[in-house]
Amino acid sequence: MSTPQVLRRAGADPSTAVVLLITFLGALWSLFAAAYAPEAAMRGQAWLLLGGFLTGIILIVGTIANGGVVNDEREYNENLVKAGAIATMFWGIAGLLVGVVIAFQLAFPVLNIEQFGFTSFGRLRPLHTSAVIFAFGGNALLATSFYVVQRTCRTRIAGGIWPWFVFWGYQLFIVMAATGYVIGITQSKEYAEPEWYTDLWLTIVWVAYLLVFLGTLWKRKEPHIYVANWFYLAFIVTIAVLHVVNNLAMPVSFFGARSYSLFAGVQDALTQWWYGHNAVGFFLTAGFLGIMYYFIPKRVQRPVYSYRLSIIHFWSLIFIYIWAGPHHLHYTALPEWAQTLGMTFSVMLWMPSWGGMINGLMTLSGAWDKLRTDPVVRMLVLSVAFYGMSTFEGPVMSVRAVNALSHYTDWTVGHVHSGALGWVGFISFGAVYCLVPWLWKRKGMHSKALIDWHFWIATFGILLYITSMWVAGIMQGLMWRAYNELGFLEFSFVETVEAMHISYIIRAVGGLLYLSGAIIMAYNMYRTIKGDVKEEDENVIPQSAAVPAE
Amino acid sequence: MSEQKKSRWSKLHNKLFEQNSLLLTVGILVTVSIGGIVEIAPLFYLDSTIEEVEGVRPYTPLEQLGRDIYIREGCYNCHSQMVRPLRDEVERYGHYSLAAESMYDHPFQWGSKRTGPDLARVGGKYSDEWHRDHLRNPQSVVPESIMPDYPFLETSELDYDNVAANLRALRRVGVPYTDEMIETAVSDITTQLDPYAADYDGFQERYPNAVMRDFDGDPSQVTELDALVAYLQVLGTMVDFSTYEAEADENLR
Amino acid sequence: MHETLSNFAQTGGLLIFVLLFAGVLAYALWPRNQAKFDAAARTPLEETDKPETADHNKDETHVRA
Repeated sequence: MSTPQVLRRAGADPSTAVVLLITFLGALWSLFAAAYAPEAAMRGQAWLLLGGFLTGIILIVGTIANGGVVNDEREYNENLVKAGAIATMFWGIAGLLVGVVIAFQLAFPVLNIEQFGFTSFGRLRPLHTSAVIFAFGGNALLATSFYVVQRTCRTRIAGGIWPWFVFWGYQLFIVMAATGYVIGITQSKEYAEPEWYTDLWLTIVWVAYLLVFLGTLWKRKEPHIYVANWFYLAFIVTIAVLHVVNNLAMPVSFFGARSYSLFAGVQDALTQWWYGHNAVGFFLTAGFLGIMYYFIPKRVQRPVYSYRLSIIHFWSLIFIYIWAGPHHLHYTALPEWAQTLGMTFSVMLWMPSWGGMINGLMTLSGAWDKLRTDPVVRMLVLSVAFYGMSTFEGPVMSVRAVNALSHYTDWTVGHVHSGALGWVGFISFGAVYCLVPWLWKRKGMHSKALIDWHFWIATFGILLYITSMWVAGIMQGLMWRAYNELGFLEFSFVETVEAMHISYIIRAVGGLLYLSGAIIMAYNMYRTIKGDVKEEDENVIPQSAAVPAE
Repeated sequence: MSEQKKSRWSKLHNKLFEQNSLLLTVGILVTVSIGGIVEIAPLFYLDSTIEEVEGVRPYTPLEQLGRDIYIREGCYNCHSQMVRPLRDEVERYGHYSLAAESMYDHPFQWGSKRTGPDLARVGGKYSDEWHRDHLRNPQSVVPESIMPDYPFLETSELDYDNVAANLRALRRVGVPYTDEMIETAVSDITTQLDPYAADYDGFQERYPNAVMRDFDGDPSQVTELDALVAYLQVLGTMVDFSTYEAEADENLR
Repeated sequence: MHETLSNFAQTGGLLIFVLLFAGVLAYALWPRNQAKFDAAARTPLEETDKPETADHNKDETHVRA
């Protein structure tokens, strides 16, 4: 048998040529769009895209000139994960900041600066949701999945230059989407607002992501595919399907931004919420369960509580989740049989969700003292607790009678944020707190006390957020349906708006606290990377000290 | 073990485990497809999904461009367009929404949040003047409102040179625009804004019962405000509910 | 058509889903799989600092596994 090719340079290989070609075609399209797009907004954005693609071309050519991407099979690709961790932190703060801004806009509408509408709530809200879900959450998933799949397969990430294409291509997608919203380019499908050309670009990046991930599984040196990778794989595969189907659309012109959805009315509504709910199910749940199944066992140095449970958890979760979408359309013009199916499966979903929660929490059995000693473990565990809480609240709200009250109100917003801030946010922060000392080879974080501050400030922020939204939502729902003694509706709509003012202020303060926590973390991360580590943290197990198998 | 044998083992190993992760991928695909197919596919085939009602027509070019502005500004973030069949909603907003009323909506605008009121039946409820004042500065007509101002709409000229391309794209996804409608699309914009237009009859034939008047109160130019108000004023007005029979067999689902 | 579909969903569909779930349960709880799962569960705890590049040693165990 020939000696394995351990050290490869990707300079002249076909992969680099293909990546270069894709980037070149992107640049070419942007150039034509800058000249011929029917909308002024698109002509403006096309220059930005051109800049992005040209930067890409310069980077690739520069890499080739320097001998190509170093692909040393004897080392894990940790630079990729480092880049992902930094991007996670950067976009996290950006997305939370926009969230705080729009929260204050609802309390004080004067903050919508009227000139051209760039900063009106309607344009900034998609900026916030996309930034936190796809930019912050997406980068957390990219970074952790690239780390976990290499480590648990004991092999370097596959694909030479492709993982880098995935990383930078994804950042370009984020910039394309975000700048588009601000100048009014949107197709209005919630959490799928980017227009057709941005969708197409994400599709290319996503297929590359899937192939890089699968390629790494194929060359693994472990007999088993560890369960975290199953969840990551389900996330990647299902998001691909959801993204492609929900975004099927007919562009008005080849170089213009506008397109019209292939579906209309009731079919479009169900397709959208099949997408929308499973963006929650597979992006914000399955992907982050992948994080849970790796980082909690790793941090507490105990195998997952029950591997058998994780198998049952996996298959029942992905099977049931996909049905739950119609609960977003109760009492609408969607046929009732579809609503009932959606409700039934949403209630059933409670079981696998709690199976997963129990599996995550019980992994700590025998190590509960770490809750006291290790703020990172505390963050991870609270995150799983919030997962349990919101996956209990969700099925309740999916029941038609409850939904009649909660739908269209801020209760939904509160529910989403207990999952987003509590579960997704905390598990991502926890994972990054684990990753930073591992990747940059530090004894611990710069300051353990600052992790504690982050934890308590953010937790208090979440509590303010969700309690104020419960109050606001339930109050508004009840006010809408209140009748006076003469049998007339008691409140005009705007009276219900007025009644929420105080809740909106409390919510905005809660969001501000959560943002402050993230800024503290960014500072802590910066000092750690700089090498400013005061004391050894006994909870940070150096990766080289791990006991080899057998 | 000979070198040759080892490499055969190695090949077999590769094959087996490559297939395993592929098997996992396929398993995931199948598992997640079932729910979507069972729930979504029948909506395209079951006749009972969309009731039969008279009056629903494709949007006029002006209304369609107004709709595009509605989408551009993200109005759907705060306003739903779906009245549920609940007593308080029907009393507050009007007849509950029918599936047929959004059958030409690419994409749908049912929304998910009511930071502001539902707009499914806002058409004809307020005067054009009210809409102009309200969009320029909502607090001038509803002091407690938290809606942003949109003063730039009345000064931005409507870009409609390419509106025929918009209708053509919509026709490709199933909206029954005729060749004639696409040919007259550009002139139909100004026709709708002029109650004394030469092509009044032709326009009414193409778009029955479409309201024709200058929506922004300034006949000297065609603005984005014209388009947006035209769209708002048609919302929920296409079906005549004095003749619609909700209890008719074909409408019971 | 609606009738036929909903009848099938309430009989055949139900049966298929129950069988599928039973299959997953059986796979997860099958006693002979226990050792395999225990080994898999320890994967994150037994990582090495570097990837494995010499793969000839492990091949046989993999094929047998």
